[in-house]
Amino acid sequence: MASIEFQDVRKSYGTNQVVHGITLTVANGEFVVLVGPSGCGKSTLLRMVAGLEEISSGTIRIGDRVVNDLEPKDRDCAMVFQNYALYPHMSVYENMAYGLKIRKLAKAEIDRRVNEAATILELDGLLARKPRQLSGGQRQRVAMGRAIVREPAAFLFDEPLSNLDAKLRVQTRLEIQKLHRRLRTTSLYVTHDQVEAMTLAERMIVMNAGRAEQVGTPDDVYSRPATTFVASFIGSPPMNLFEGRTSADGRTFTAKDGVQIALPDAVPALAGRELVMGLRPEHMQPGGRGLEMRVETVEVLGAEHLIHGIVAGNDIIVRTGPQDHPAPGSMLALGFTARAVHWFDATTRQRIDA
Amino acid sequence: MVEKRRWLDVLSYAVVIAGIVVIAFPVYLALIASTHTAEAVEAAPMSLIPGDLLIDNYRKVLFEGGDIGSRAPVGRMMLVSLTMAVGIAVGKIIISLLSAFAIVYFRFPLKHFFFWMIFITLMLPVEVRITPTYEVMSDLGLLNTFPGLIMPLIASATATFLFRQFFMTVPDELAEAARIDGAGPMRFFFTILVPLSVTNIAAMFVIQFIYGWNQYLWPLLITTSEDMYPIVIGIKRMIGGGDAANEWNLIMATAILAMIPPAIIVLLMQRWFIKGLVETEK
Repeated sequence: MASIEFQDVRKSYGTNQVVHGITLTVANGEFVVLVGPSGCGKSTLLRMVAGLEEISSGTIRIGDRVVNDLEPKDRDCAMVFQNYALYPHMSVYENMAYGLKIRKLAKAEIDRRVNEAATILELDGLLARKPRQLSGGQRQRVAMGRAIVREPAAFLFDEPLSNLDAKLRVQTRLEIQKLHRRLRTTSLYVTHDQVEAMTLAERMIVMNAGRAEQVGTPDDVYSRPATTFVASFIGSPPMNLFEGRTSADGRTFTAKDGVQIALPDAVPALAGRELVMGLRPEHMQPGGRGLEMRVETVEVLGAEHLIHGIVAGNDIIVRTGPQDHPAPGSMLALGFTARAVHWFDATTRQRIDA
Repeated sequence: MVEKRRWLDVLSYAVVIAGIVVIAFPVYLALIASTHTAEAVEAAPMSLIPGDLLIDNYRKVLFEGGDIGSRAPVGRMMLVSLTMAVGIAVGKIIISLLSAFAIVYFRFPLKHFFFWMIFITLMLPVEVRITPTYEVMSDLGLLNTFPGLIMPLIASATATFLFRQFFMTVPDELAEAARIDGAGPMRFFFTILVPLSVTNIAAMFVIQFIYGWNQYLWPLLITTSEDMYPIVIGIKRMIGGGDAANEWNLIMATAILAMIPPAIIVLLMQRWFIKGLVETEK
């Protein structure tokens, strides 16, 4: 086991820079999730750790070794691929043993490790099967098994759950969590699914366009998003954002097309500034005198309702209990507390703590 | 078509049967001729019923050879043909696998140039480059040798291209997983890529074996001694020039013998590569 350290890591293809200087330390035994929309550079970053992509500049350390110029095999990382990349002509056993055989481990040791991994992953009865005789979930577990038997310094996961159906994904997510608690191997996990990121991460890195927008615990990232991007990317449905300006006395917020939003508490420190105001769907409740929304549709999810509407030309989503069911087309008054408001600078898009 | 009309059925059967007769009748004729004496075959019309010299005729051609024209035993010819065909097929497969591997999995200067060079040679059949090739082989002292028979026919753009296409369908992650598992390029090639290509290798072997077995022009140039004649040349040499009466019974026996190995290869490998086709999944 080892830590992974990124020091101003950059990647460019020709003149096109895709990773713009990431600096970060993944502590020994930590589970860190890289999350971001497709094309944000998260997979590239992971592949640079694995040694499948060259590092254009900066350094990556695994443990106390700089791995920039090491071959993938010398980096002591195991990787789980999105499509699992199982060797189709080998049995489950051979798939898991392949890396160990190359490393010239004793037969008995290979046997022990594979059987142990198979037990952990409930693959015991399947060792003689070929990958094509397995279900999607089983293949996924074999891919994990191939990583586990290596007993590597770090696990690298590249969207390992995106080929599974929704139910299996939730289940496997829990299994990965359990596995990590058991093995405590340093893990770097890439996903575009923010729910996966929130549930798995001890710390997460929200990436956008090759930059780390925020690094923090899921709780931290959710409750104190560092930028408008993080605010709208993390959370489902996303945070509602209004562009506008606070009044000179800091008591109201005037959105772009003139709609007035009454603030529960005055914000004199931010008076008269161009700002972005953010409110989570669950923090806006019917009743109260904050703002008025024209209701478009109501999504009934059972335990909760998502009310979609328009305020000041923005599409807004409000999350309420099942008791609220306003008619489409009606106006709904919404209230919120001062603590629920997130402020961002209109030009830098950075969080402002009022 | 799901039309049900009786006369249509009759018609399609008639066409199929006609087709079979056109192809099978000459083979049947050859088989019958190979069981008679030379005189009986010369007689018009030739009998369409098997004679009683089946074993005698085949034994004679296989171990003693004919008395007119070429006198080499056909057994030796078949051995030459077999060596040549297997050599060409195996050689082609090895060379093409390796060159396709290089083209798909490695980055090197002028890669595309080399690929297109290989591709362009698709347009150059053996016949076009046969004279310079002969010159080279003769300078190397390889006339009347197996290497001389086999080597010039080994380079194969078709097979390289086929394997290249196949390798491109193998997911990149497989190569990456192998790299992370610690496999070097050749280990990846032998333990993963080649086993995955088994189906294609089988198909290629069938095609190239038949190609090699049926070579005529090149062996005709490069072999001058009877013990290096492949069977295809042998048949031609058994037909004496001029007025000499030909031993058609023996020639036909040789022709039948020439047909057997390719047929066996097709039958054997067919089972193999259909099995492969069904089971392979990438």
